[in-house]
Order: sequence, then structure tokens, then C-alpha cells
Amino acid sequence: MSEKVIMLGNEAFARGAYEAGCKVSAAYPGTPSTEISENIVRYEEIYSEWSPNEKVALEVAIGASLSGVRAMASMKHVGFNVASDPLFTVSYSGVNGGLVVIVADDPGLYSSQNEQDTRAVARAAKVPVLEPSDSSEAKEFVKIAFEISEKYDTPVIIRSTTRLSHSRGMVSLDDRMNIEDKPYARDAAKYVMMPANAKVRHLAVEKRELALMVDGCSLPVNRVEYDDLSIGVITSGIPYQYVKEALPNASVLKLGIVNPLPRKLIEEFASRVERLYIVEELDPIIEEQVRSWGIKAVGKEILTVQGEYSANLLRKALGGEDLTIEQAAQVPNRPPILCPGCPHRSVFSVLNKLKIHGAGDIGCYTLGALAPLGVIDTTICMGASISTLHGMEKAKGKDYIKNWVAVIGDSTFMHTGINSLINMVYNKGTGTVIILDNSTTGMTGHQDHAATGKTLKGEPTYAVDLKELCEAVGVKNVYVVNSFDTIQLEKTVKEATALDEAAVIIAQAPCALLDKSPAKKKYRVNSKVCKRCGMCLKPGCPAITRNEKGDIVINDTMCNGCGLCVSLCRFGSIEEA
Amino acid sequence: MKTRNIMITGVGGQGTLLTSRILGGLIIQAGYDVKLSEVHGMAQRGGSVVTFVRYGSRVYEPIVEEGQADVLIAFERLEALRYAHFLKKGGVIVANDQRIDPMPVVIGAVKYPDNILEGLSESYKVYSVDAAEEARKLGNSRVSNVIVLGVAAQHMDFSREEWLSVIEKTVPAKTVELNKKAFDIGYNLHNEKLQTGE
Repeated sequence: MSEKVIMLGNEAFARGAYEAGCKVSAAYPGTPSTEISENIVRYEEIYSEWSPNEKVALEVAIGASLSGVRAMASMKHVGFNVASDPLFTVSYSGVNGGLVVIVADDPGLYSSQNEQDTRAVARAAKVPVLEPSDSSEAKEFVKIAFEISEKYDTPVIIRSTTRLSHSRGMVSLDDRMNIEDKPYARDAAKYVMMPANAKVRHLAVEKRELALMVDGCSLPVNRVEYDDLSIGVITSGIPYQYVKEALPNASVLKLGIVNPLPRKLIEEFASRVERLYIVEELDPIIEEQVRSWGIKAVGKEILTVQGEYSANLLRKALGGEDLTIEQAAQVPNRPPILCPGCPHRSVFSVLNKLKIHGAGDIGCYTLGALAPLGVIDTTICMGASISTLHGMEKAKGKDYIKNWVAVIGDSTFMHTGINSLINMVYNKGTGTVIILDNSTTGMTGHQDHAATGKTLKGEPTYAVDLKELCEAVGVKNVYVVNSFDTIQLEKTVKEATALDEAAVIIAQAPCALLDKSPAKKKYRVNSKVCKRCGMCLKPGCPAITRNEKGDIVINDTMCNGCGLCVSLCRFGSIEEA
Repeated sequence: MKTRNIMITGVGGQGTLLTSRILGGLIIQAGYDVKLSEVHGMAQRGGSVVTFVRYGSRVYEPIVEEGQADVLIAFERLEALRYAHFLKKGGVIVANDQRIDPMPVVIGAVKYPDNILEGLSESYKVYSVDAAEEARKLGNSRVSNVIVLGVAAQHMDFSREEWLSVIEKTVPAKTVELNKKAFDIGYNLHNEKLQTGE
């Protein structure tokens, strides 16, 4: 009997890749997909890397596939947009070794800037999609996805969601399959997607979709559970679990393949049940297609397109149960915050003092939009800070952005920020860019990137020098400042924003969570000297608070010893503990 | 067996993930089906975090919903209050009697509620422990969570030996003895004086 273990959904995806004989994996970190690569790295048989962005990651996987091995790329839903350029065309060219792309959606927006549905993108790209509903299926579906990929000559997407990726469940382990590399043979008609060739391949794509619509009906990923025929539910993924809790006696068609839809299977099921519901999180992708075939079904008129579902939500909407659900107590919110000792806080405290607006980007520093710092005005997507600032300047003139900066982290800068900086210089922009260089990809839990000097496997490698990189693309004014040197930082920001040329300020200090040195300082407030003015509270460090008596106190277990409060106190009342 | 629902709540960075790993290992060892749901990513940065643990003969849904939890383990008082309505009537709260001010309190926009645990004890069985103080006595502030787990263990279906064996397998080798000691402190403290409001 195979060994049973408990695995995070993302860990199970990684195990699936291992068992499927996958040889190459590439990814850029993004919640909720990050742990897939962090677990793949444990398998020495798989080459795995952090690529600078999702487009590069998918192209690396495509190259590996074309050379004849099984390859995988993983990303979050918004990263999938970045990778959609290669995706839409590898759909035409097809694969050699199996090619699987795992994309994790985020219904409920736990850690994302939008709530888009990957199935809609996959449909547009005409790529098959499998959707597992627990850790065990997560592992098995990866293996099936590789088989479909090779049999139907197509990339295959596995759609996950935050709830699946970040839930743990039971998984039975199997051995790694021994998959022979496929021989590579030059085939320009298939792999060179110039117009004449792509026209022919488009026909192959349409044929493949039709074939899978039929063959998908007998794939082992679907399951029909007939019970009470008066109520039937078509569902897939995590919502299946909610259906089983809320309507234990209903008949259920659990779809494992959600693009293309297995039409015959659905028609058969629909014909046998009296009242048909379609339960899918986010957009009505299944529902709209099923209705277009003339099948009557109830879906989004009673179910939301927003957020996560739950068994109680279905009990109310489908079961008509009048649930009296206890209401939450009215308690103060606890939004995420920058950690004590975070170097971003120090930079933001300077920008706040100078009343500077920040065109923001994606990372922990997005939290600089919240009170009390409130310096980030915009956040759209990875890399957008620099280009949106440039757009403002071109719309309103260079004086308009004298009290603006673009704020971007080092990992995000390497992801897509560099393109925007090249554009700013090329098109004679005069904006100031602050690269918050904490030497890691912070928000997703400390992943390396091209400027940290380490690979995903932890091996030392060349570290891109951010200063030289900025100079190489033509920025004449590049400053490197310690993030905690607030005096120097203030002077530099004033100087850079006054220039009529593009400028980059690289504010450096390691992420407070990375710096594990045991000899970290701790600070305390000398209450005899303290005037209780509250200057030190302004940057919103969670380790320093005013107690009931009005005294300022520092929580010694939380303090990371960054010294920002010391630099803000005009009376010298904060001293080393 | 009917499904048992446990919740672990706290502030991002308090180590709720280690706690859920210990619980998961324990449940698997006892041969139950189990699902756990965790929070990773942005919310971990000092935000309110919750872990759901469900076990029994067959578990579908990976989350616990309002009115369903048997035990709520809270590593911070305000987080006990925030999630208390997830408990069944008369459910058990095991709380670390610790206060961490959220940002709206730090900047003075709202007040941190008074007498949280006393209030909760009117509707639930509340057991509180000053785990930080107990951990300090042990000489290591980082084992507070395991002390709280020790208290919670009295309200769950597993023996002390089962808990200790899983702790041994889950925590780093050099901290095994320390964590076992911490667990026992919580386990033995229980019932003597911890119940609030009685």
C-alpha cells in the first residue's frame, strides 16, 4: 500500500509533477501559487527555477517541452495575464513533451488586486483546463494533465484557487513514473508560428477542441453521483466540497475537465434530474455554455460571482434553508501592516513628511497606502508604478510630477519594472523612481530573484547590480541610500524630484523578517525624558504604542531594533534596552 | 464519527502555521480523515489570521462556518472575540491572554475592547492562560503557542502521549524537549484555575 500523508494543495501539485516524471519547472512567486515551486525544489530529479516573470517562466517550460521532456510552469491568476502571450500561441504550436500550466485564482481576494477567472482566459486561448477539488486530486490531475497534453498535443491548464492551494488533505504517494524523453525533430510548420503556418495550426486547434469535448466525457477526472434525482448539481473544484456538505442527497456531476466541457456527459446528466443547478465560484463559465445548448439550469441568478462559496451559502441559496447565523461582534479591524523594523516604513515616513504622492506597485509596500502612512496613491499591476508616473507626466507636464515618485520593490522591478524604466528614459521622462531594495520577494514569503545572488535551489549565482542596470538603460542620476538613514533619504528625494531628468533612488535595507541576526538591538522609552508628543507613533510601527495612561511604550517581543523611532524623537528619550 | 471542527486564530506572524502542522499530524496519526485550511501571503503581515481544522470519518468542506466550531484556540484576545460566533452554543475558547493592538487602535481611531474574555464567558466556556508569562518562566518566549495547545488538548480527542509523539516529529530536533515541556505546562495548568467567569 502506498504511503498516506497530509499535504497542502500546492505541495500535492508539486508531488504530482514529480510522480509524472516532470523534468523542468519555472515560476514567478505569487500568492496563492508560490508553494508549488517551493515544494518542487525538494525533488532533485526536477530542474526548477524562479524566472523574473510569468511570461519568461512559461517560455522556459515551452522550450523544455519542445526539446522533448515534461515541463511545467505555475503562477497566480494575474501572473497568467503576463504569460498569456506565449500561452495563446503555444496553444497553436502544441507541444512535444507534456506541458502543464498551474494557475491559482483568488476568489475572495485574499492576496490579489482582482478576482478574475482563469477559465475565461483559457477558453479564449482554447486550452484544456482541469480543476481538482482537494489535495489528492491536485496530485492525480497533474499526472492526467501531462497525459492529455501529450495525447492531444496541447498545453493543459490546471486551475486552482486559494482555498485548494492553501488547504491540507490526505494524499497517497506513488513512485515517479519513468518517462522517456521524446526525440526532437525540426518541424517548422508546427513550431514556427508565422502566418502561413499558424493558419494551418488554427485548424488543428479547432479539431482538438471538438475531439476533447467528446473524449472529455470518458476522462477519469469526471464523476457522476446519482442519488435524489429531483435535484441535480453540476459543479467542479472546491465548490464540490460545499455541495456535498450542504446537499448530501443531491445528484452531482463533478466535472474534472472544465474546458472544453464534456457536452454529452452534461446533457445526459441534465436529462435525468428534475431541477438542475450549476455551482461554480466566480464567473458563469459552465453555466453560460450549458444554457447555450438549450439546457435549463439555475446558477448565477441565485449565486454570487464574487468571493468564495461555502456550504452555508448553498444551504440558503439552493436548499432554501432559513439559517440564523450568529453575527460577528463589532470589533476593531486588524488589517495587514508593515512589520516592525520594516525598511519600507522608514522610506514612507520620509515621503509622508515631504507630502509626496507615490505611484505604487505590487508588494508589501502597497500597505503604504493605509493610514497612518498614506503615501501610495495608485496600485494597478506588477511594474505599473514607473509607467503610470510617466503617463501622468506626459499628460500634465514635468512640473506636475515634482511631488510624485514611483515606488517599486526590487523583485517587482526585475519582473516588469525595468521595461517601464527603459521607456521613461527613452521617451525623455523626468520622473523619480524609488526602488525599495530589501533583497528579496517579501510579500510571498522571501523568494530569491535575479538581483539577490541566489537561485531557487539556493545555489550562489550572479546578482544583477541594480545601480549598474539603471545606469545601463540611461538613467544618469542613480542614488543608493540606506533606507533607515532618514536624513540622507530626505535630502536625496528633494534633490531627485527637483531634477529635470529621470532619477532612481535605490533605498537599501534587508527585509526585517530576513535579518535573523541574534544581536539585534531592542529599544525602550525613558519615561522621565519622554514628552509624550507622539512623533514616534507617526509611522505606525506596531511595536510602539501609547498605553492607557498616555505613556509611550515599546513592546520588547515585537521590536526589531530598526531605530526609526529613535531618529524621529527630538528629545532623545528612546534608548537601547 | 461526526466531524469535529477546530479553529486557530491569531495575528499574522504568531506561528499559527506550526500549530496547524502539529494538529494535522496528530489527526492523521489517529487515523481520521482531515482537512485544514490556512492563510498565506499578504494577510500574514500582522493581519488577522485563521486556520480551520476539520476531522472525522469523511470530511468534505475545508472550512469551518459560523456556529460550527467545537473549539476555538485564540492566540490573542481580540481575535477570540472576532471569531467567537463561529463556535457552537456553549463551545470552548482557549485563549492566550495577550493583547496586540491592531493599527486602528494604535493610531487612536478606535479603542481596544475591555474585558473581552469575561464577556465571552457568558456564552462560552472560556479557558485563558498567560502563555507569555509561562513561557518566560521556561526561559523561551517562542513556545507560548505550544503552551496554549497544551491547554486546548484537554478539550480534544487525543491522549497526552499522542500529542507528545507528534510534537516530537514536527518541531526542529533541538527544540523537542523544550516544546514537550511547554506542552505539559499547558496540559497540567488546565482546569485548576483557568476558567474565566466561574
